[in-house]
Amino acid sequence: MSQKQLPQEFYQLMEELQAVDFVLVELTLYLDTHPDDTAAIQQFNDMAYYRHQLVPQIEQYYGPLQQFGNSYSGYPWNWNQSPWPWQI
Amino acid sequence: MWIYEKKLQYPVKVSTCNPMLAKFLIEQYGGADGELAAALRYLNQRYSIPDKVIGLLTDIGTEEFAHLEMIATMVYKLTKDATPEQMKAAGLGAHYANHDNALFYNNAAGVPWTASYIQAKGDPIADLYEDIAAEEKARATYQWLIDMSDDPDLNDGLKFLREREVVHSQRFREAVEILKEEQGKKKFY
Repeated sequence: MSQKQLPQEFYQLMEELQAVDFVLVELTLYLDTHPDDTAAIQQFNDMAYYRHQLVPQIEQYYGPLQQFGNSYSGYPWNWNQSPWPWQI
Repeated sequence: MWIYEKKLQYPVKVSTCNPMLAKFLIEQYGGADGELAAALRYLNQRYSIPDKVIGLLTDIGTEEFAHLEMIATMVYKLTKDATPEQMKAAGLGAHYANHDNALFYNNAAGVPWTASYIQAKGDPIADLYEDIAAEEKARATYQWLIDMSDDPDLNDGLKFLREREVVHSQRFREAVEILKEEQGKKKFY
């Protein structure tokens, strides 16, 4: 099956998202055991906001990152468009 | 519910086709201390754990599925171009006979995954101590895999996963302290 060719910008943005999500997962687990840390919550919310800005930029090159209505679809339905993460 | 995201938690690269490394790595896919066991253990224990630590078990259990996908990606990339001859030479002849180059939930010795690897005791301290031990055993396994691997690209991903085990263990230790503190609170009426 032919795979969609992705531009260099996609790889940079994906790495940026992986870095942002690393901060978010670390803060999530930390806050699960330190729920009263105001500064960490502030940092979490800032990062969550930044993530929301970043995701549409990636989807513009790659198509939807999530399903069940969390991402918009192009035409034709582009969820199943390759490459999948393990094919990159 | 769970929602899949079409991305890896951390980039996975491998230098060359290397089915022998894949054979060892599968320990973290379908082994006793692997990522599948971890995800299923935590996500099952959370129904009977005190409310204070349900969030932590949910989030770590979910992250384990992201790790499972990283291991799968490593195994896939290490074996996708391997010929039957190469699979056989790497000790994967028995695997090839049953699965071709497909992935399967078994350990490095080929033993299929079983629910008897994991426990839910209904006792919060017993469950969390098992979880801490599971993280430490998984960390040790990642170390032994790194020690055997000569693939620097693969090792980058394995080192990331090893560090995640350290963080999870730390958070579970904090969860134990939170529950002990709760238990120690005397109630007067």
